[in-house]
Order: sequence, then C-alpha cells, then structure tokens
Amino acid sequence: MNKVHHPRDPAALKRFLVTCVAVAILWQMMQLAQFDVLALFEERNLKVFANFLVQFFPPNLQATFLMLVLKATIETLAMATAGIALALLIAVPLGLIITYSLSISRIGPASGHQFAKLGRYLARMLMLFLRGIPEIIWALLLVRVFGLGPVAGVLAIAITYGGMLAKVYSEILETENTLPARALLLQGSGRINAFLYGLLPGASQELASYTVYRWECAVRASVVMGFVGAGGLGQLMDQSMKMLNGGEVSTILIMFLLLVLLADYISLIIRRLLA
Amino acid sequence: MNHYPARKFCLKCLITLLLIALFIVASFAYLSFNPLALFTKQAMGDIATYTGRFFPPDLTPAFLQKVWKGLLQTLAISALATLLAAIASLFLALPAAGQFGYTAKVITRFLLNFLRSVPELVWAVLMVLAVGLGPFAGTLALALHTTGVLGRLFGETLENHSPSSTKALRLAGASYTQAFMYGALPGIFSQLLSYSLYRWEMNIRMATILGFVGAGGLGQILYYELSLLHEQQASTVIMAMLVLVIGVDMISNKLRRVQMHSLG
Repeated sequence: MNKVHHPRDPAALKRFLVTCVAVAILWQMMQLAQFDVLALFEERNLKVFANFLVQFFPPNLQATFLMLVLKATIETLAMATAGIALALLIAVPLGLIITYSLSISRIGPASGHQFAKLGRYLARMLMLFLRGIPEIIWALLLVRVFGLGPVAGVLAIAITYGGMLAKVYSEILETENTLPARALLLQGSGRINAFLYGLLPGASQELASYTVYRWECAVRASVVMGFVGAGGLGQLMDQSMKMLNGGEVSTILIMFLLLVLLADYISLIIRRLLA
Repeated sequence: MNHYPARKFCLKCLITLLLIALFIVASFAYLSFNPLALFTKQAMGDIATYTGRFFPPDLTPAFLQKVWKGLLQTLAISALATLLAAIASLFLALPAAGQFGYTAKVITRFLLNFLRSVPELVWAVLMVLAVGLGPFAGTLALALHTTGVLGRLFGETLENHSPSSTKALRLAGASYTQAFMYGALPGIFSQLLSYSLYRWEMNIRMATILGFVGAGGLGQILYYELSLLHEQQASTVIMAMLVLVIGVDMISNKLRRVQMHSLG
C-alpha cells in the first residue's frame, strides 16, 4: 500500500491560530468562573456533601411531615393555576393590542394613526419588560412588598407569564389565516369583532394548548420560586436544605418529580379534550 | 343543499371549561388571595413607595464596574456549563442511543432523566454544599442539568441518523469510536451544535438567577444588595439583567432568521 504523504497541512496555520484564540478565551472564562476542579475533592467539602447525601436514604416518611409536603404540593398547584389565570388578564389585552393582523391603521388611513402606533410601541416595551425579568426575580421583589408566602409567587407568575403569553398569542394570531379578519376590518367591523369572528375560530385550539403548556411550566416555576420565600414546595425544600436534612429533601424531591409528571399528564388530557 | 349548524353543541367542551373555571376559583380560595385586594388604596401606595426606592439607579463607575464583572461572570458560567454539558452528552449519547446494548441504554436514559428533572436551582444548592459558595458551583449545577437535556437530544439525533455509514466503517474493520467519529459525527454535528447553542441561550438566562443560592454571577450581586436594602444598586443590576436577556434574545432571533434565509 503506498501512502501519499502531504508535506504539510495547508490549513495548519489557521487551525493553530483558532486553537490559540479558543484556549485564551476558555482560560479567561475559567478564571471568571473560578473554575477549580480540586474543590470537588477537598476533604471538608466531601465530608459535608457525603453526610448530606447519606441522609437522603431513607426519605422522611413521617405522617406529620408527609401532610406538610402534601399541603405544600396543593399550594404549588394552586399558585400555578391562579398565576396563569391572572396572567391571562394581562396577556389577552396586550396580545390584542400588538397583533398586526388586527391593526386598522395598516389597511388604510385611519384617524389617530400616530396615536395607535405609539400605543402599540408602548405595549411592546411593557411586554418586553414583563417577560425580560425572570419570574424568580419578580418573586424576590414582590416578597418584600407582600411578605413571605404564595401571594408574591402568584403575582410573579402572572407578570412574567403575562408578558410571555402576550407575545406568543400575537405570534399565533399573525401566523394563522389572517384573511377573514382583514376582510372584516375592510368591511368596517371593529377590532374586537374582527378578532372574535375572524381570528379566534381558527386559532382557538392553538391558543388554548399553548396556555395549558404554560400552566405546566408555571407549576415547575412555582416550585423554584419557593427558594426566595414565595410559598409552595420550594419554600419547604429551601428550609430543609438549610437545615441539611437530607431525608426531608429527598421526600420533597420525589414529590416534586411526581408533581411534574402529574402536571404533564393533566395538560395532556386537557389538550386532548380541547382538540 | 345541506345545511350544517354553525356550531355543534359541545357538552364535553362546556364541562371542561366549567371544570377549569372551578379550579381557578378553588385556587384563589385555597390561597385565600383576593386579587381585588391589590387595588385598594393601601396596597397601591405600598407598591408605589417600594418602586420609588429603586430610583434613581446607582450609576457610579465603581458600581458599574462591579456589575460589568458580574455580567461577564454570568456569561462565563453559562458558556462553560454548556461546553461541559455538550462534551459529557457526546459520551452519554452513544449508550443513550443504544449503541452498547439495551441495559446500558436503559441505565443511561434513567440517569439523563434524573439529571434533567431536578431543577437547576436545586442542583445549585447541592453544588454549593459540594464545592463551596461561588461561580464554580453555579457552573457545575448548570452543567449537570444541561447534560440531562443535551444527552437526551444528542441521543435522539444519533438514533435518527441513518446507521449505514457507521455500519460500513464497522464492517471495514473500524473500532466503535472510529466509526462514530468518521461515520456518524460529521452528519449530525451541525444539529448537535444548534442544540448546544439553543441551550446556551437558556443557560445565560438561568445563570443570572443561580446567584440567589450563592452560585455567583449577577444574581448573587442582586441578592446581596437587596438583602442590605440597597434598592438603587439592585435596580442597576436588574437593568443589566434585562439588557443581557433582551440582547441574547435579539441576537438569537437574528441568527435564526439568517439561518432560515440561508436554508432558502
């Protein structure tokens, strides 16, 4: 077999330079993130962590604690449901304002054209602001106004998911068949009627199934929000973790996984019913 | 000519809607939370006073520099975590796609599911215990969760990829690793890259809040300043987060549009 030997790799220089730059960036990032693999194997850390993990088995199954977990689970579900219901109150008007296919000024000269444009712009900025800040930060801020407990969590979900749903609603309404709504607007109907009779019939299923999907996300989020004191399973988990009580943490984790599965299942059923 | 009723009466839909309404009312009742209470004069006043304390934001150069460093740290945490997760997922994808037999597949899938279903914040608390406070804990936490997600996606990509090229190499005498590197990887690489970039985008968002449990980045600064009731400083951090999140959103939207155009 005769091998063909290339005297040198024509792309060698470029490859070398790219590798150098990549390593330099990586090194910089590792400095910033205080990357220190050895910390994983430090004796003190290993001891604390191992002690904590050993306590995970067996999970704490005392009746009093289980009751507490069950209550927190129901609270989490209620937080997500109430949060999404309030989010709808924000999302529906915002979504209708920013939907282009319902814009009257777009199909012809309309009175107050500049005013409508400004309104749409402001609504977009508001939406960006609401969903740009993660729900847990809203929760952290709201806890300081409304005190520890589920109210802050509900409002945090309502704010973030309100912005998120508004954006997706308007996207759905713009990608659906927009001709009926346009025809209605051209005939002189109002925006609400054009939405109800022109857009909603075609888009209702997608809108509903996306809302249910978001509810499922809200269940997950409301667990996490408990870490800043906004009630539910998360708050319980935070307390147990601070006390390094592994048995309780593992019970709560199991409950959390079951809850996520349940939410998955419920959303599947509702979506099938709506189809 | 047939006449169809405009809409059939749908008992099932009606019951579903009623049930949903019932659940919503029950939720508010369970939490004993009356949304109308938000609009009382006192509540509105509380909200306004509290919001007022965030203005004006602290824009002194010293603090801005601190926030800038936090922002870079957040980016570094998310990038490193995504990189670590992508490398780990590449190794886990082979067993997850069933290349090493059924038992390995089931075990790997279970592991990946577990990694994925524990939220990042919980991993972060655990990692803070394991390696101490700081951004390294955040990096590990994000990497663990992301491995769960990417491992599954990589595995599925590998499974859907036609095995003919790998098989040809195997039949020609190549080892498993060689067959994967030269048979499968070139075909699926761009897909894997786009999954990783997508996860990076989500991780940037996540890395901003991991600091709440002491895992570094912008979140840690925010939590610290809010604990000291420094609302003006906190508002600068929040603005930085907003800029980061919206910026990432815009860049990824733009890239996606470019990609769609190049695809035709």
